[in-house]
Amino acid sequence: MKAVLKHELRIYFHSLTAYIFGAFLLAFVGIGAVLYNLQAAVSNFEFVLNFSNLIFVVIVPILTMRVIAEERKQKTDQLLYALPITTSQVVLGKYFALLTVYLIPLLIISIYPLIFSRFGEVYLPTSYGSILSFFIMGSALLALGVFISSLTENQGFAAGIGIAIILLNFYSVRLSEYVSSTALGSAIAMSVIIIALAAIIRYLTKNTNLAYGFCIIFIAIILITYYVDMTILEGLLTDIMKKLSLFDRFNVFVNGIFDMTSIVYYLTLIVFFLFLSVQSLEKRRYN
Amino acid sequence: MITVENLTKHYGDIIAVDDLSFEIEEGHVYGFLGPNGAGKTTTMNIMTGCLSATGGHVKIYGHDIFEEPYEAKKLIGFLPEQPPLYMSDTPLEYLRFVGEAKGLRGTELEQQTEQVIEQTKIAGVKNRSISKLSKGYKQRVGIAQALIGNPKVIILDEPTVGLDPIQIIEIRDLIKELGKKHTVIFSSHILSEVQAICDQVLIISKGKLVAFDKPENLEKLLLSPNEITITSNATVKEVEEILAGINYIADTSIEKKEHVVARIKTDFDDIYAVSGAIFTAFAAKQKVLLEMTLEKADLEDIFIELTESEVVNK
Repeated sequence: MKAVLKHELRIYFHSLTAYIFGAFLLAFVGIGAVLYNLQAAVSNFEFVLNFSNLIFVVIVPILTMRVIAEERKQKTDQLLYALPITTSQVVLGKYFALLTVYLIPLLIISIYPLIFSRFGEVYLPTSYGSILSFFIMGSALLALGVFISSLTENQGFAAGIGIAIILLNFYSVRLSEYVSSTALGSAIAMSVIIIALAAIIRYLTKNTNLAYGFCIIFIAIILITYYVDMTILEGLLTDIMKKLSLFDRFNVFVNGIFDMTSIVYYLTLIVFFLFLSVQSLEKRRYN
Repeated sequence: MITVENLTKHYGDIIAVDDLSFEIEEGHVYGFLGPNGAGKTTTMNIMTGCLSATGGHVKIYGHDIFEEPYEAKKLIGFLPEQPPLYMSDTPLEYLRFVGEAKGLRGTELEQQTEQVIEQTKIAGVKNRSISKLSKGYKQRVGIAQALIGNPKVIILDEPTVGLDPIQIIEIRDLIKELGKKHTVIFSSHILSEVQAICDQVLIISKGKLVAFDKPENLEKLLLSPNEITITSNATVKEVEEILAGINYIADTSIEKKEHVVARIKTDFDDIYAVSGAIFTAFAAKQKVLLEMTLEKADLEDIFIELTESEVVNK
């Protein structure tokens, strides 16, 4: 794992990727800090992070797109399969390298609240609490990016899908509010989402029965709840989207609450997507 | 010591490897020969743990590649068909990475890296970016990667494909050199190459083993009639008369060019008895034989015959 980690880091720092990622993150947080902390003279650093997290839509896919897709394209994945290391070690090595690249600009950002506290009253626990959750949320997005990269050998495709999914996640709560919050509206919207998910499952696993099974079970659940107790469905979609949205959960930290359930949610996502990435790599061996 | 037992691999409906079994002994250079699409690459990928098998076992010094991949892979160095190189690395960085992944550390890593760089003669380019190297050098870096960690078995998948003639000769010499210290298995669809380097040849066709022997034994295996070509300054008629008096001749074709050239086919096992008889017959009539060539079957003929007839011959 250490060998993969070191090698990945060398690739990031030899090419421009690590610098571009860091520069974008620092620039965006910098603009946020100027707008909120300096011009508007607000002493809460967490608002800056809330403003900056939109940048993840762009920089996470740019950083993660090549991670596994490029190995496939250059056929270097064959080397990784033939070396006496496990697939989990490969994925973890790559993931920790990504975390390192992410952590460096974040360490620089961590100095900002200290600087501001010299000129006014800054409540440091919420500042650093939100920086920590900002780190963990970004890590979850990076894990998602690794998984998307493992699905294809086309970097551009990986980046495009990554941007689309993260953007959708960013706006999911607001989008779901456009859907009628009546029981029928929720039921229809959720059925559409389930069919879309089934199509993705069908595409990824090439298993038609699994996709149909997934579709039938969840639509049946919706129908049953619709006829048994309609009130459950009212506004359910928005609730679910709020629970699933990484960005929406981050708002809680911005409001000054260190929400452990969200941390657990982020960590679960990390484990889940890294596990899927390992499976996706292993699957290549069985094609 | 590699044992391959009843190895089978299906890609959907296509059977790439069909119940393949063989055993590889220490200290030889093995040539894996077969037409394109015969299952060479698939077999090699399974042997090195890059691909799963539908059925069967591969044991490397007693370690099953599927059940004890770590132990088995430590004993193998593998160069896939396309060398798995990171274009942004230099050979030195790349080899350090592979060495580290193979579990080498500190001075051992440095020493091994230096050693393989010397062995594959890439010292002159070790600090240049791999993307800027010629194909021959890239192949060498690929071989160096397989060599690092001093594995007992080295598996090379078509190592000379796409190289120019001089590079091919250099890589062949390198393989021969490696054969002194390691067990080498390499695949090729070029017969002369296998004939020149290997001391054991495995011929596979349509996923099945059709022959496994020394190159010279494989030549003996062929049963098609042998041929003798003679050139004489006698007339066509005289040559016809002389040859008519010799036994064992199955077929003759005579041509008149600058001299008379006759192609004689025989089905007699001892080709020297026939050539001796021809010589004595010409001498008895006091006619001059300018040239006499014995055409023996070579690997090419065996290859075509075996891969087309699909006889299992072990």
